[in-house]
Amino acid sequence: MAGAKSGSGNDLTTGQRVAIGAGAAAAVAGAALLFTRKSGGPSDDKRISDAPSWTLRDTPTGDKGALIGRSVTINLPRREVYDRWRDFTRFPDFMDNVRSVEKLGDRRSRWTIEAPAGKTVELVTEIIHDVPGERIAWKSVEGSEIITAGQAMFSDAPPGRGTVVQLVMTYAPPAGAIGKLVAKLFQREPAIQARRDLRRFKQLLETGEVTVNASPSARKSESPTEARI
Amino acid sequence: MRAVTWHGRHDVRVDSVPDPEIVNPRDCIIKITSTAICGSDLHLYDGYIPGMRAGDILGHENMGEVVEVGAKSTLKKGQRVVIPFTISCGSCFFCSKQQFSACDNSNPAETADPSEIAYGHSMGGAFGYAHLTGGYAGGQAEYLRVPYSDVGPIVIPDGLEDDKVLFLSDILPTGWQAAVNCDIEPGDTVAVWGCGPVGLFAIQSAFVLGAHRVIAIDHFPRRLQLAKSMGAEILNYEEVDVRDALNEMTGGIGPDACIDAVGMESHGMSVDNIADTIKAHTYLGTDRPHALRQVILACRKGGRVSIPGVYGGMADKFPIGALMEKGLTVKSGQTHVQKFGRKLLEMIGEGKLDTTFLISHRSSLEDAPDMYRHWHDEQNDYTKIVLKPDMAKGDIKTTKELADVDA
Repeated sequence: MAGAKSGSGNDLTTGQRVAIGAGAAAAVAGAALLFTRKSGGPSDDKRISDAPSWTLRDTPTGDKGALIGRSVTINLPRREVYDRWRDFTRFPDFMDNVRSVEKLGDRRSRWTIEAPAGKTVELVTEIIHDVPGERIAWKSVEGSEIITAGQAMFSDAPPGRGTVVQLVMTYAPPAGAIGKLVAKLFQREPAIQARRDLRRFKQLLETGEVTVNASPSARKSESPTEARI
Repeated sequence: MRAVTWHGRHDVRVDSVPDPEIVNPRDCIIKITSTAICGSDLHLYDGYIPGMRAGDILGHENMGEVVEVGAKSTLKKGQRVVIPFTISCGSCFFCSKQQFSACDNSNPAETADPSEIAYGHSMGGAFGYAHLTGGYAGGQAEYLRVPYSDVGPIVIPDGLEDDKVLFLSDILPTGWQAAVNCDIEPGDTVAVWGCGPVGLFAIQSAFVLGAHRVIAIDHFPRRLQLAKSMGAEILNYEEVDVRDALNEMTGGIGPDACIDAVGMESHGMSVDNIADTIKAHTYLGTDRPHALRQVILACRKGGRVSIPGVYGGMADKFPIGALMEKGLTVKSGQTHVQKFGRKLLEMIGEGKLDTTFLISHRSSLEDAPDMYRHWHDEQNDYTKIVLKPDMAKGDIKTTKELADVDA
C-alpha cells in the first residue's frame, strides 16, 4: 500500500468514509483494486475539511492511474435516479465510448468500449456493494483489459431539489499494446469523460433526451445531424 | 439553404449550407420569416466573444413558421412562432426557478467545459452565439432547428405581423428584464446608458413599471431622439459631463437606478476607455467597461445597478470601492426570455408596448454582410436591422420608405 492515501471524505448518506483513493494507488502498483471503508470514529488523519476525498489537493492524478470524482444534482427523486443508474445496459445511451453493456447475471456485466481505429476493448465488472437508493460500487474482475473500480452514491438534495449523484472512479491501463490503446482512450483526460457522461445522464433523466447541438454550418466536415465540438 | 455565416473578425458571408434536420424528439424546424441583427452580434463581428468558429451560422433573434416537428414537440405545422434566443429545457432546477438562461441542460456535454472553466459553471445554450453557449446554429438562415420546442417558442396569434412580435426573441424581454431588475419605486429616476435597441426598450419598460423619470445617455443624435420619443430626457455625453449632469438633474442625489445597456465595447474618448481598447487589441484585456464604471459612480447611495449589457471576461480598474461604500445592489444576467414572453405578447396585443419604432432597415439575407458593416459603422442611421429571407437581394427598405408607402 505504498503511497496509498486514505481519503477523509464524507459519505453523505451513511456516514461511512470512502477511501477509494487507496484503490487508485493500488491499481498503479499493479495490484487488485481495493475499496476500504472506515466506520467513523477518531482518525489519525489531520485534515479538517468537510469535503469529499476526491477534492483533496493530493488526490492521485496523472497518466498512470487516476481518481475521478464528480457530483451532479438531478431534479428527480432519489430512488428513480438510482434505478436508472442500476440498469447498466442503458449506459451506452449517455456514455460516449461505451458501445454495449451486457448482463452476465445479476452482479456481472460485460462492457464493450470503443477504442481508436475501429477497435474495441472489453472488460467485465462485478457489483461489490449495492444499497438500493443509496449506492452502487463495482470493480473490474481479473482478466479485464482495463483495471477499474467505481462507486455511484445517491443522496437527497436540499428539499425540492431532487438527488445528488456522486460518481467516484479509478482506473489504470494494463501493460502492452492494448494498454497503450486504452491509455490513449482514457488517460489523457479521464475526468473530462466522466464529467461529460454525467452531464448526459442528467440531461437524459431531466429532459428525456441527450442534448445535442447538431445543426448546419459552413464547415464541409460536419453533418447537421451530428454533434459538433 | 442560404445562411449568414461568421468567418472571422469583420468577415460575415452568405453561404449555401445543408438544411437542419430533426435530431431529438422535442425538436422542431422552422422556416424563418424574420430574423434581426442584434447589438450583441457586433461583439461577434468585432471578435470580442471567444469560441466562435469559421463557418458558424449567426442569428439569435428569430421567428418563423413551423414546418417539421419531432415526436414530442407540442407545436403543429403551420404555427407562427417567435423563438427565445436562450435555449432552455424547462425541467432542471434553474428552469423550475424561471432562471431560464441558466438552464443546466441546454449546453451540450461536448461544449459545456470551457464556460465551466471560465465562469465557474457552464452557461446555458443560445442560438448562433459561439461555442461557449452550445455551438448551436443561428437563425439568420432559411431554416432553423429548435431544441426543446415544447418549452421555448411563443405561438403568435393571427393578425400580429412579424415586426410587432419579432423582438420577443431577445431585445424586448432584455429591456424589460433590465427595468424589472431596477426594482423601481414611486418617484424613481432611472438612468439608461446606451440608446440601442435594448436601451430603448428598457426606457419604455421603466415607464411602464412606474418610473417617475428616465434619463437616457448616448452620443448618436438619432438614437437620442428615439429615446426622447419614448419620453426620456436625454444627455449627449459629448456635450456634458454625465455624472455632473445627472447629479444636477436629480437635485444632487443621483439616479435611483442605473442601467448599463452598453456592455463590453464602450464608445467614448475617455482615458480609461482608450487604455481598455489598447489592452483589448493587444490581448492584454478583454472587456471595456467604461460605461459600467460610470454607472457605478453615478448611481445614488443605496441605489440599484442593472446590467443587461454583455460582458465576457475580466474588467480592469473596476470601482469596487464605490460599489461597496455606496451600498449598491447589482442585478445582471442573460435574459430569462421564457419568463416574460407570454406576458409581453399580451401587452403588445393590447397596444401597451410599441415594438416597431426602432426598426430602421429591412433587407434580404443576401444583403446581410453589407448590413453588418452598416450596423457597425453607421450606428446613427442604422438603429435596428431586420432580415427577411423572402426579400430580394438589393431590395433594402428603410422605415421612412415604408412609412411613405403606408401613407
